[in-house]
Amino acid sequence: MELNIVDLSRLQFAMTALYHFLFIPLTLGLSVVLGIMETVYVMTGRPIWRQMTKFWGTLFGINFVLGVSTGIVMEFQFGMNWSYYSHYVGDIFGAPLAIEGLMAFFLEATFVGLFFFGWDKLSKLGHLTATWCVALGSNFSALWILIANGWMQNPVGSAFNPQTMRMEVTDFFAVLMNPVAQAKFVHTVSAGYVTGAIFVLGVSAWYLLRGRHVELAKRSMAVAASFGLAASLSVVVLGDESGYLATEHQKMKLAAIEAMWETEPAPAAFTLIGLPSQVDRETHYAIHIPWALGLIATRSLDTVVPGIDELVGQAQARIKSGITAFDALQKIRATTPGAAIDPAVQRSFEDNGANLGYALLLKRYVDDPRTATPEQVAAAGWDTVPNVPTLFWSFRIMVGLGFFFILLTSVFFVLSARRRLDHYRPLLWIAVLAIPLPWVAGELGWVVAEIGRQPWIIEGVLPTAAAVSDLGAATVLTTILGFAALYTVLIIIEMALMVRAIRKGPEPDDEPEAALVPATLAAAE
Amino acid sequence: MVLHTLIDYDTLRVIWWLLLGVLLIGFAVMDGFDLGTATLLPFVARTDLERRTVINTVGATWEGNQVWLILGGGAIFAAWPPLYAVSFSGFYLAMFAILFALILRPVGFKYRSKRDSAAWRTGWDWALFIGGFVPALVMGVAVGNALQGVPFRLDGDLRIFYDGTTLFELLNPFGLLCGLLSVAMLVMHGAGWLMLKTEGVIAARARAIGSVAALVTLALFAVGGVWLWLGIEGYAITSAVAKGGPSNPLAKTVALAPGAWLANYAAHPWMMAGPALGLLGALGSLALLRMNRGGFAWLLSSLSILGIISTVGLSMFPFILPSSIDARSSLTVWDASSSHLTLFIMLVCTLIFVPLILAYTSWVYKVLWGKVDVQAIAKDGSHAY
Repeated sequence: MELNIVDLSRLQFAMTALYHFLFIPLTLGLSVVLGIMETVYVMTGRPIWRQMTKFWGTLFGINFVLGVSTGIVMEFQFGMNWSYYSHYVGDIFGAPLAIEGLMAFFLEATFVGLFFFGWDKLSKLGHLTATWCVALGSNFSALWILIANGWMQNPVGSAFNPQTMRMEVTDFFAVLMNPVAQAKFVHTVSAGYVTGAIFVLGVSAWYLLRGRHVELAKRSMAVAASFGLAASLSVVVLGDESGYLATEHQKMKLAAIEAMWETEPAPAAFTLIGLPSQVDRETHYAIHIPWALGLIATRSLDTVVPGIDELVGQAQARIKSGITAFDALQKIRATTPGAAIDPAVQRSFEDNGANLGYALLLKRYVDDPRTATPEQVAAAGWDTVPNVPTLFWSFRIMVGLGFFFILLTSVFFVLSARRRLDHYRPLLWIAVLAIPLPWVAGELGWVVAEIGRQPWIIEGVLPTAAAVSDLGAATVLTTILGFAALYTVLIIIEMALMVRAIRKGPEPDDEPEAALVPATLAAAE
Repeated sequence: MVLHTLIDYDTLRVIWWLLLGVLLIGFAVMDGFDLGTATLLPFVARTDLERRTVINTVGATWEGNQVWLILGGGAIFAAWPPLYAVSFSGFYLAMFAILFALILRPVGFKYRSKRDSAAWRTGWDWALFIGGFVPALVMGVAVGNALQGVPFRLDGDLRIFYDGTTLFELLNPFGLLCGLLSVAMLVMHGAGWLMLKTEGVIAARARAIGSVAALVTLALFAVGGVWLWLGIEGYAITSAVAKGGPSNPLAKTVALAPGAWLANYAAHPWMMAGPALGLLGALGSLALLRMNRGGFAWLLSSLSILGIISTVGLSMFPFILPSSIDARSSLTVWDASSSHLTLFIMLVCTLIFVPLILAYTSWVYKVLWGKVDVQAIAKDGSHAY
């Protein structure tokens, strides 16, 4: 296999980002669960709720720290591996990252210290405030990173500046209010809440099966089931909103998820299952539900959902327009500084500039897009189709799991309300076995979002292949192996510590004092 | 949006150059003592309880302090995108070394006390040492190389190309000197912190090592200054400068000249305050360490860090990352920033959030004020680190 720098850089980013996202959803979910539990403690004064907060807090801590560690990598690797991307869109993309630091990370990281070390140093209300600040900080962080990611999916509020050869912000408010970003934010944090809820539910179910810490487990399950039910409903509703917005902004992603090779008359059928083939450009053995896709995607009976073939045709037209823009750009840049730009050239750039990125898709075939043959334009048009089978399957597994989480949390919500949590052992076993599933759904969600955007790193603006740093393949391979080795060791240690802490269970609340300090550490006097 | 035109583009660029300094200094002062403390860990603490005491001096606050680094990364991305793009890809393997070490650090803090095994704890002690020493060293080496110019060039599309930056080429004599200076400076800073937060044998060892570190800081900073003056070619812009022009580094011409990095001090003698503060701060920190005044020693070492990092910035101004193979590709304050609008928006955000951050961070330090309670650590097996 030939290793190229684009594939290696994508592999490293996918690996480090998916690994980072192993820890983020649990941080998002558990931080809110901790806030809820401690609020109950402060309101009722019952020590068991403090014990619960401390116990789940211990598990939160083991997880949180790896989220922090692997997040450091995320902050810097855009510059390390994606330097042309960083140059090209840093003017817009950098801002939410910096604001994330200012608004979210400081809050979260400063107060997480008090959460663990402040039990004896703060009043009840003071400590509760610290806990909620951690939860708030985590959630703000998700908001800003998804504003950044939302802009990659739907690059609003910005324009290309020929003088600086990059995208620059024109309307920051549009970047903030990007509908794709807002839908993604609520969808992602809700998915985090589901992860936290199912984790608490599963671990508590295991205690009930073992007959240990029954009081703690039942109360934890009550919190987890109600919180998890609300969150899993929200995930599906907002996921639907994301799909609706994809119809508007990322038609190709939607067509690929549905493996809809040809445009159908409205309302389109939804392909429940089948075997999509990228080579044959058709879906074998498909089972359709009439009308369903048209209804979900357009919320109407008469709006057409375009199929892949039609979208490829549109992309080919945009590539031709992009070549005109590219030509105008070269003429603008050839103009001596200070001299007036030919108005015809200026107009040509303004008319076609939005498609400039499409011309860059030809860089795979020719150095100068203006010299591309019609066959190359046609091929580049087909390059805009992402990997259909990957999207088709990832999406279906994710959605199936989403509905399963609604079912699971509903069942335990009812059991908890009827005080029958420990009556049905098979249900408890299902809850234990369900623990890994939210992670599967969450990671597949990112696969759909990011593979679905290919071949673009910024939808319609910059192809992924043009965004990488000029590094040697061996160099990137070195860091891939380095991260893989370190991350493998760390996940093993993390899981072992988690299991150990769960087996050990909550600690009794207070231990007797003992004089254990040798003289060398005492005060000098 | 026209509000942003209230502040001129060139003024905003200078403000963001200052804020870049504030962030780097903020990181070096606030997280620097954590790095110094972790570097000192194997040497000032021998028994497990001693080591836990040292770790707990920063246990509750290192996490917030580390955000200065993350924010630094984000702010460079937002305000100086070309610098973000060129530096982190140009120093690729060096960055990997820093990240590798920084990944180990949080995990070391959190996981060390989760098991009783001596081998487990010793392993994490070394992870923490690496997490302190390696970033301190490599960041210093990177600054030393930035002063000498980095081998990159930009093409017409502003795509970045490098001419063989291997990790080992970074370890040239001047780069190493700056790396060691960085380590010495942060060890001095961490020693003051340990004297403030601990008693007995740890404080005594911190005092001894910190004094040596302060002397080394003084010596290396002075030698580095002379070297910069006599041995390293500085950069100067030779074309007319449009301070409010578009961010395109290729619009200018640049020449190299021996001693050019000291030209700013001749033109603006007040800038000598930077190096003076670097030296006097270290000297003062040394004196206060000898007098057993850890807290004040920490304040003075903070001033020394302020002086030393300011010296780098002031010497290079308006350059922020010169190129050793294609001088006109060098990044300067006038041609490597983000757009007028982005700089303005980020300034507004900074003015809103930084006072808030400083307020709640101070409150947290107030809550945690005082010596580390060794009794509490000794009886608490798993909550404390």
